[in-house]
Amino acid sequence: MNALTPLEAETSIALGAPVDVTIDAVAKDFGDSPALFGVSLDVRAGELVALLGPSGSGKTTLLRILAGLEAPSAGRVLFGGEDALGLPVQDRNIGFVFQHYALFRHMTVFDNIAFGLTVRPRASRPAKAEIRRRVLHLLNLVQLTGLEKRYPTQLSGGQRQRVALARALAIEPRLLLLDEPFGALDAQVRKDLRRWLREIHDRTGHTTFFVTHDQEEALELADRVVVMSKGRIEQVGSADDIYDRPASPFVFSFIGESTLLPVVIEGGAVTFGGDPTGLDVNKTERREAVLGFRPHDVTLVEDDAPAIRGRIVATRRHGGRRRLELQVGPDHLRAEIDVEVGDEQPLGTLVGFRPQRWRIFPA
Amino acid sequence: MTDIAAPAPHHAARFQPAATERPAVRVLLTVVALAFLGLFLVLPLVSVFYEALSAGFGAFVKALGGRETASAIELTLLVAAISVPANLVFGLTASWAIAKFEFRGKSLLITLIDLPFSVSPVTAGLIYVLMFGAQGYLGPLLAEHGIKVIFAVPGIVLATIFVTFPFIARELIPIMQAQGTQDEEAALSLGASGWQTFFRVTLPNVKWALLYGVLLCNARAMGEFGAVSVVSGHIRGKTNTMPLQVEILYNEYMYRAAFAVASLLALLALVTLIVKSILEWRYADEIAATRRH
Ligand SMILES: Nc1ncnc2c1ncn2[C@@H]1O[C@H](COP(=O)(O)OP(=O)(O)O)[C@@H](O)[C@H]1O
Ligand SMILES: [Mg+2]
Repeated sequence: MNALTPLEAETSIALGAPVDVTIDAVAKDFGDSPALFGVSLDVRAGELVALLGPSGSGKTTLLRILAGLEAPSAGRVLFGGEDALGLPVQDRNIGFVFQHYALFRHMTVFDNIAFGLTVRPRASRPAKAEIRRRVLHLLNLVQLTGLEKRYPTQLSGGQRQRVALARALAIEPRLLLLDEPFGALDAQVRKDLRRWLREIHDRTGHTTFFVTHDQEEALELADRVVVMSKGRIEQVGSADDIYDRPASPFVFSFIGESTLLPVVIEGGAVTFGGDPTGLDVNKTERREAVLGFRPHDVTLVEDDAPAIRGRIVATRRHGGRRRLELQVGPDHLRAEIDVEVGDEQPLGTLVGFRPQRWRIFPA
Repeated sequence: MTDIAAPAPHHAARFQPAATERPAVRVLLTVVALAFLGLFLVLPLVSVFYEALSAGFGAFVKALGGRETASAIELTLLVAAISVPANLVFGLTASWAIAKFEFRGKSLLITLIDLPFSVSPVTAGLIYVLMFGAQGYLGPLLAEHGIKVIFAVPGIVLATIFVTFPFIARELIPIMQAQGTQDEEAALSLGASGWQTFFRVTLPNVKWALLYGVLLCNARAMGEFGAVSVVSGHIRGKTNTMPLQVEILYNEYMYRAAFAVASLLALLALVTLIVKSILEWRYADEIAATRRH
């Protein structure tokens, strides 16, 4: 594919005024298996929000409810303060970009992009010349000038997805919804498109929902990240919030590599499997909790000082360091820690370590 | 190092690609296949045309020009002209519903569509006699209003529709199911109405499969014998279609005329196949594109 160059300054696009979106206790059941449990979220006009979560967490379902392709079982959706659920899909004026492009295969690139304009009722349909002008303008925006006569099968994956985006932008949507738009593309193309999408967003200013299961993509691209799991929102925040102040063990483990261990807090000390870990907290009442730490945030403890101890069950090279997989505690739980290359010991050796940076979550 | 075993030399010979039978075997298989095709398909077809034209083209035309034969051709065209569009509409709506929506009784509908394939055409014809015949459930009621179904054109059309209705739906259902609903959802989200979505997205996506279905459906509609034979009543010059006319002519020892009409039906089959092949060849890319995804 042709490399994406930075957008020219004069490339601008007419837009439907971006709206703010209120999602209020939206729930969805398919038959009797719930896909969403009362999800609530407020999004400002012009904001770019990433919905991040593992497969099956309800991201697509939420997006389809916003688009009107699915009706919620309960809850409200407001666009700019007005009820949106009463509007059929056609009248919501939403640009939807599907994971597998969903380009019309029997139409040229030009006709694909023009589609949303040509199906308008005669009264609001732009003149032919105007449609042409807009399509060529959008082609320029998505950097596919000259490819308007091609059919979708004659394009690369990245090019198809850009056509899909241009087609969605052509209707001057109030809201742009992208469902894992780069999910089917290879890593380098993804990175290019990601930056370029951010630029397009900054230029066009659409309120945008962006679904992904790739944390890097979400953290790099979005103003705010919405982490979802099993039909619920786990946390909403900036990339820094999500990374540095995870609200739940799920968020902690989903963002970055981590180990979670069940611990007991007693007299201000964190104990694991009945032994002190050498970690202190300023709470004194006894309670069960979850200790979370990342493999690169630990130090080895050589002497008999309090530590988490376990046997090495596997080792592998991990970047510049070596990753040890340990069996820890009476229940033989797995923990992963990184050590310097050269520090490693044979499989089966008992090693002790202590997290340097760690978090305690309620059990 | 001495403990690395040399690769066993005879192994290489075992891994022959599947298509490297010795030339003699290949030739033999091809000859058998061709001989079989020739004996059971090409020879009869050629002999039909040979018999039809054995007394010259003039005699051929004359044999077709008989009043009863001409009326049989007319009736066959009329029946096809009604039943093919009827099944086009039915096939499209049924496969659309089956492929794009979830509803109760869907698998029952799919089974029902296949029913005509599994029921003997004679039985199908008898069902219509039972329904609409003079002694049937609805016959007396229809007779009161002066409507005649059995032993008349309406019965022939109904029987033909019954027998041919799987053809178009069967072509469309798998391709529509494979294509899913994303294109339609994209069209709707871009503001297209239901009709616009159907005519500008759904229909173009299946147009080649639809055309195949129509061709096959038409060939069968014109060629159907069993079901039509039961409901037709064989009234000469009135309710005989081409296949029925062939049988009558044959039974009356008018071999030349019988073969003349039969050759028209054979010609229809050939034209159907040729058109299908031309479409496949001419639009290979586009057909591939509609199937892929
Ligand atoms: N049409 C449907 N019928 C039944 N269950 C569905 C349907 N769509 C989604 N689900 C279920 O809802 C849950 C959430 O799915 P989805 O929103 O697609 O998740 P995600 O996009 O985060 O991977 C899943 O458990 C999925 O199986
Ligand atoms: Mg999804």
